[in-house]
Amino acid sequence: MGTIGVIFRRELVSYFTMPLAYVFIVIFLVLAGAMTFYMGGFFERGQADLQVFFNFHPFLYLFLIPALSMRLWAEERKTGTIELFLTLPITTPQAVLGKFLAAWVFTGIALALTFPFWLTVLILGHPDNGVILASYLGSFLMAGAFLAIGAAISAACKNQVIAFVLSATLCFVFVAAGSGIVLGPLQDWVPGSVVTATANLSFLQHFTAIERGVLDLRDLIYFGSVIVAFLFANTLIVELKKAD
Amino acid sequence: MATHLIEIKHLVKHFGPIEAVRGISFTVDRGEVLGFLGPNGAGKSTTMKMIAGFLTPTEGTAVISGHDVTQDPIAAKKCLGYLPEGAPAYPDMTTLGFLDFVAQIRGFHGDEKRRRIRAAIERVELDGVLYQPIETLSKGFKRRVGLAQALLHDPEVLILDEPTDGLDPNQKHQVRTLIASMAADKAIIISTHILEEVDAVCTRAMVIARGRVLADGTPGELEARSRYHNAVYLRAAAPLPTAIASALEALPGVAAVEPAGRAHDRGLFVIPVDGRDLLPAVRDLASRHGLVLDELRLERGRLDGVFRDITTAAA
Repeated sequence: MGTIGVIFRRELVSYFTMPLAYVFIVIFLVLAGAMTFYMGGFFERGQADLQVFFNFHPFLYLFLIPALSMRLWAEERKTGTIELFLTLPITTPQAVLGKFLAAWVFTGIALALTFPFWLTVLILGHPDNGVILASYLGSFLMAGAFLAIGAAISAACKNQVIAFVLSATLCFVFVAAGSGIVLGPLQDWVPGSVVTATANLSFLQHFTAIERGVLDLRDLIYFGSVIVAFLFANTLIVELKKAD
Repeated sequence: MATHLIEIKHLVKHFGPIEAVRGISFTVDRGEVLGFLGPNGAGKSTTMKMIAGFLTPTEGTAVISGHDVTQDPIAAKKCLGYLPEGAPAYPDMTTLGFLDFVAQIRGFHGDEKRRRIRAAIERVELDGVLYQPIETLSKGFKRRVGLAQALLHDPEVLILDEPTDGLDPNQKHQVRTLIASMAADKAIIISTHILEEVDAVCTRAMVIARGRVLADGTPGELEARSRYHNAVYLRAAAPLPTAIASALEALPGVAAVEPAGRAHDRGLFVIPVDGRDLLPAVRDLASRHGLVLDELRLERGRLDGVFRDITTAAA
């Protein structure tokens, strides 16, 4: 097993030795259910699809993912284990990737455990399984983007609460980039092209496209590049801030 | 082939406007145990962090077994065992799980991995706590877990930042014995502010303050800098007559006579000029004055005094 694999395994196992994993998964499932059934009117719609379920994912991730990512680096810095970790014969990119992949797979597990929703529509009707699969893939990619943002911010903070608040805020900016709350303050003083570019950064816009069942390469590339960009930033921040 | 296992070349580290380390150079060879001494904030830990490849030096570099830590950090880290200050370890992992993780990162598999973990566990006597989460361990055990982790790959170079800090006297003795037993085929740097430790394990001592090396020598050489080096301590059965002090002062080669210790009126230090041996002369004088002596001995010197003199001298 390669170095990244060893780090990945240690991280993933550590989620399940702490209450964190179980609390996270239970809360995720309960909230996903509550939002889908009560706020989304899952049954009242009378349609055999999971659109209302997936509609709430960006907002679920908005505060649940930062709760997961806040400890990734901040905790290592707080307890000093970062000094041990980074003086082992590993490179910083290996450390960043190992940690990120473990967190991403962990959210993947939480996401996979929502399969009863799919079973429900499967029993009640004839859903378009292609759309559902695409939506799951989109949701997983979006979770990765949230995580990469949170991980980079965690590397800049020693305090987990600050890491949480900053990550949630930045994630909100990305989710809402296409809406008035972000575009409004921009419109008056930046060129229209910048406003359009900002709107195109919106998680919602790209996720909604995937959710419709249209797996456009551009949307996949979008989430992929957000992940790569923030993991790169994460590596730089770790290098710069590890000893503070 | 490098001749020195550790070669430190003009290490400098600035943290913003603060100059933590201001140009430290030295080498350590196989068989040497170098003790870093210095007040808190002297730059000991910063220097060790740079050698271990955790901090990037502002200037200069360290070469470990021929591998430059700034050019080829992975190769350097492979030859090196490092115990960071406070012996950090993942609190939620068990002792065995943690050692297993470090062994895998260090590239050991299967039987080789098991054998190495077993050897490290035996070396630092961790047997009783293998399945306990590290956060539940006592300070002494945590420190030993940190040591086991550093020894796992049997590195040629060991950097141990305060390896005995917070341990009880028995544990301190154990760790010192362990370090001494490994000294022959390794180059070891330990930092400490316990001066007796230098005597107990180090073949060489280096005093660091304000980011510079202020003294470098064997513990004996450092002791020889003490004004108490080769001083004669004498303690009489009865209070000493005042005439004795002036008689001792009049002896050739005596720099000063000072009252000593708790037995104020019975004990004296006779301090020589240039570390000269005064013992026969003092013994002679005592018997001429008919003194009954309880104790008469030669002082080796006091490291704590030397340490204070060196580190508080004008910058």
